[in-house]
Amino acid sequence: MPEVVVIGGGIAGIQASLDLADMGVKVYLVERKPSIGGVMAQLDKTFPTNDCSI
Amino acid sequence: MSPEPEKEMKGKRDKPEKGSPVDRAGGESRRQEVDAAPAGEIRIGAFICNCGTNIAGFLDAKDVSDYARMLPNVVFSRENLFSCSEAGVTDIKNAIKEHKLNRVVVAACTPRTHEPLFRAACEEAGLNKFLFEFVNIREHCSWVHKGERDIATQKAKDLVRMGVARATRLEPKEEITTDVKRTALVIGGGISGLTCALSLARRGFMVTLVEREKELGGLLRYVNVLYPSGVSAGTFVASRIKEVKKSSRIEVLTSSTVQNVKGYIGDYVVSVSSKDRKSRDVNCGVIVVATGANQLVPEGHFGYDGKKVVSQLQLEGMLRQGKLKSKRIVMILCAGARIRERVYCSKICCMTSIKNATLIKKTVPGASVHLLYRDLQCYGVANEEAYLGAKAMGVRFVNYSLENPPVVENGRVRVSSPLSGREMSIETDLVVLASPLVPREGAEVVSRMLKVPLDENKFFLEAHVKLRPMDFATDGIYVCGTAHWPASVSESISQALGAASHASIPLTRGYVKVEPIVSELVDEEACRGCGMCAAVCPYGAVEIVETDKGPKARMIEVACKGCGVCAASCYKRAIGISHYTDEQLDAQVRAYLKGDE
Repeated sequence: MPEVVVIGGGIAGIQASLDLADMGVKVYLVERKPSIGGVMAQLDKTFPTNDCSI
Repeated sequence: MSPEPEKEMKGKRDKPEKGSPVDRAGGESRRQEVDAAPAGEIRIGAFICNCGTNIAGFLDAKDVSDYARMLPNVVFSRENLFSCSEAGVTDIKNAIKEHKLNRVVVAACTPRTHEPLFRAACEEAGLNKFLFEFVNIREHCSWVHKGERDIATQKAKDLVRMGVARATRLEPKEEITTDVKRTALVIGGGISGLTCALSLARRGFMVTLVEREKELGGLLRYVNVLYPSGVSAGTFVASRIKEVKKSSRIEVLTSSTVQNVKGYIGDYVVSVSSKDRKSRDVNCGVIVVATGANQLVPEGHFGYDGKKVVSQLQLEGMLRQGKLKSKRIVMILCAGARIRERVYCSKICCMTSIKNATLIKKTVPGASVHLLYRDLQCYGVANEEAYLGAKAMGVRFVNYSLENPPVVENGRVRVSSPLSGREMSIETDLVVLASPLVPREGAEVVSRMLKVPLDENKFFLEAHVKLRPMDFATDGIYVCGTAHWPASVSESISQALGAASHASIPLTRGYVKVEPIVSELVDEEACRGCGMCAAVCPYGAVEIVETDKGPKARMIEVACKGCGVCAASCYKRAIGISHYTDEQLDAQVRAYLKGDE
């Protein structure tokens, strides 16, 4: 199985990891902080759908 | 199997004895001593989400949770601060195991974004994910009944009661697996379609690229240079066209249009008719819509005549061919955009104008350029630099208002600027109007054929603005570039690569799983094969087949979207919708009508 390292666990890193995993690629998602989510996890709602950011 | 919900509901509400299990705090199970759910026993866990203050700020989630615990078949309930957080999901998983739950109801934000998460939680705890029921108390209660706490709380209780009634009758389901043909069809041969086709081909998939015009290249064929690189648009797009033509995996069909689309993800059949070729069917697994946009010809705006008052695209042509003779140029932005008839901002026209203004200042000695704007969109480092550069070079930026727009007269433009408070009269040889990108005329036809939606401005509408920006809600169909919304060249390329990436997920796997929410022939005896269902199905998912019992309806599960039109049209009531059965919906309605008293 091909393997990929994604550096950064914010929304971009998470989405890239998910898409790669969906394609059957083994992903190592590396995040400096204790939890993934990045800045987006600190937001309340996102425009324009008012979806909860986290 | 399940007890009469109505009766039991009443009984429980009437006598919640002190010290009885339902009275316990903390949502403990009433039957903790039970090791395994006896066969046929329904054990529902209800989780009410506070969503911080998004829900709990407008209704009493604790009250709803206490209420849920008293409903028939509910053995556990709890309010959660954030049900979707890791703690919340773990809580659900633990409760499933601890309390032997065999149905889960979550009352929270919206199934659109969160149903997959909670379904997955059920699955990970060993519960079939179709035994999960979502109750939408954010959009249906807290959002629409702000400032009416009691009403919102009551409605949440009603919805939870209905959800519990349906959950009681849910059945385990398996997703439908279907093979995916590993080929793609890209509609549109502009920069987006070219880029997407190339990306898919490089991943090893065969691609058919359909272009309506005789030539590939789209709008870029008429553009002079690209900003901020200054690269010739013609040279740039020509290099992409060359690569596409060289690729052994891409078949290019020019002067061709899509006539008809049948099938579903993994197995689409697209009829393509060509001017210079015989019409034929293309069989493909996925479809990408890259049909692009047009620049609005600004007829009726600021005296547009196509000669002395031209569009930016016409100016691009003059610059490209070295035919610009004018020295005193006035550009008017938002020509036909952000007005009552066309409310949206086309996003790229500010930078196109700044690009051309700068170019004129650089290449035409002694040229003067006035740029009349309402607001300026110069997002990003490169764009901001280009704006500042234009200013430094002497491009005059003059602000105007919608209420008091510039007036173009013979050889003059009169404008009053709210910022400076001055009235100006600018002498000019050429007025250039920056008009917005507008959808292609063919967009509606493509939208109808593919059964994918357009937004209120007739651009294609994605499945979710943030979570699925390049996908349509219909599986296996993707969108990129200006067909979706005005975009710069670099944005179009990013989107094209994104669409190719997403499209290659099913192509790489070779199979997809489809929701089993489909129509089914629930009463074969009753079916008389009249064909009404097949006639009304918008997806070609019903066919009438000859059986030993006579003609009968047969469902093509993977093509079915579960809309229910066939079931509604069947006068013999022979058709039902799986996972939304009459019994389940009936139970919901009865639970509502019964009230909670």
